Amino acid sequence: MAYSDKVVDHYQNPRNVGSMDAALKNVGTGIVGAPECGDVMKLQIKVDENDRIVDAKFKTFGCGSAIASSSLATEWVKGRTLDEASQLKNTEIVTELALPPVKIHCSVLAEDAVRAAIADVKKKRGHTQPAATTVAANS
Amino acid sequence: MKSVYLDNNATTPVDPRVLDAMLPYFRENFGNAASRNHRYGWVAEEAVDNAREQVAKVINASSKEIIWTSGSTEGNNTAILGVARMYADKGKHLITCRIEHKAVIDPCKFLETQGYEVTWLEPDPTGRVSLEQVKQAMRDDTILVSLMFANNEVGTIHPIPEIGALCKQREIIFHTDATQAFGKVPIDVEAMGIDLLSLSAHKIYGPKGVGALYVRRKKPRVRLQPLIHGGGHERGMRSGTLNVPGIVGCGAAAEVAMNEMPTESVRIAGLRDRMWAGLSEHLTEISRNGNPQHCLPNTLNVSFLYVEGESLMMGFSDIAVSSGSACTSASLEPSYVLKGLGLGDDLAHSSIRFSLGRFTTEEEIDYTIKEVVKAVNHLRNMSPLYEMAQQGIDLSKVVWQHH
Repeated sequence: MAYSDKVVDHYQNPRNVGSMDAALKNVGTGIVGAPECGDVMKLQIKVDENDRIVDAKFKTFGCGSAIASSSLATEWVKGRTLDEASQLKNTEIVTELALPPVKIHCSVLAEDAVRAAIADVKKKRGHTQPAATTVAANS
Repeated sequence: MKSVYLDNNATTPVDPRVLDAMLPYFRENFGNAASRNHRYGWVAEEAVDNAREQVAKVINASSKEIIWTSGSTEGNNTAILGVARMYADKGKHLITCRIEHKAVIDPCKFLETQGYEVTWLEPDPTGRVSLEQVKQAMRDDTILVSLMFANNEVGTIHPIPEIGALCKQREIIFHTDATQAFGKVPIDVEAMGIDLLSLSAHKIYGPKGVGALYVRRKKPRVRLQPLIHGGGHERGMRSGTLNVPGIVGCGAAAEVAMNEMPTESVRIAGLRDRMWAGLSEHLTEISRNGNPQHCLPNTLNVSFLYVEGESLMMGFSDIAVSSGSACTSASLEPSYVLKGLGLGDDLAHSSIRFSLGRFTTEEEIDYTIKEVVKAVNHLRNMSPLYEMAQQGIDLSKVVWQHH
């Protein structure tokens, strides 16, 4: 199984590699995975006052598919609002990168990383969790 | 630079001299070596006998003690299952090691389901088992000790002669999977007390699909139940029409390896050491896996902290190597050999095995050093683990969010 061109491209021409100051109030940081699993992704987003992601950075320890998945994720979330970005599905990453079945879990991890970063910045901003659609018994 | 092949422990190219020796046996000398009644058979038989002699010489055996197989996997199965079944009345206990090749581990595991007991020795962190460990494990009902001569992943060589002597003393049959060692380091089945030995042609610049099993005939005479029945070829131990061209290739490859071993092993070890020196000079936080004092001349297994093996290989994709990383295995498990040495998963995932060979040049080594250093630095720049380590964070204390 040769590496797909897109995966190689993300390795050779990485987009958005880097770090933001995780202490800043408008920066969300998601770290997912574990060294024992061979996959660790750190994904960070910088958000403006309208909850729009204006910048994203990543660092990944993992195979080529993991690097490409997280790199692609940073490209896609840029310019989107937090709510839009939380709609990112790993299947979109699989399709775009032509990931084989054995590498699908890399895209799942990237999706997790995005969600973790979003959750982090929401927590910092004091956003409540999206209300569950349960109706109170007596209303 | 054209592509560089540093994965010789996986397989080797067929040496042109070996291919030349084989070709006539595909063409005009196509006879079946078991055809006793015409020239076609006699020519084939003579070639096979000659090849037996060539292989036997490498290990100081008699040609009568060489059985042709389809390779080491078959040889290991024949030795282990064959001895276990033949000597079941004497005992049902075997001794082997956790970091053997699957072709030894799996038959042993199979025997465990058939009422046999196996003691799995744990190697030390460099991959060696000690004489003391083997001695402690021996019981009155032990019928076989199986320990590889040299490990395929890290190159570590066990104290074979000492273990062989112990087995002789205790009258326990000693099998060694010598797939990686045959033709690379000196082996003497007499001096080393070896009773069974597996080898494979495609690791010594011969063709795939053929190998040999040495089976001792004297002191003691080792008997085994065959895996394959059908005509009684190879003294009843392995039926089936012989792969004459493959066997000719195996013999030729063995002879070339024996003749070139004194100079080749020195040259290759020099290149391997040059590689390690070059990597150490330009990179920090790398470690060598295995045992530098007791190691195959061609094998170098290195862990590059904070970068993962598969991404590294992608980084120097025109250089062929292999990795202990989970990402490179179909099962998504990291190398059980490296785990067996006590390496943490993170180091296993970061490991690369470089296995040099007859056709490896100094130019290729220097090129590889350069490309590896470049790729490691590129990936460390992208690595959250490297970043955390640079910040002084103790990674072993971090609580990771598994998914």
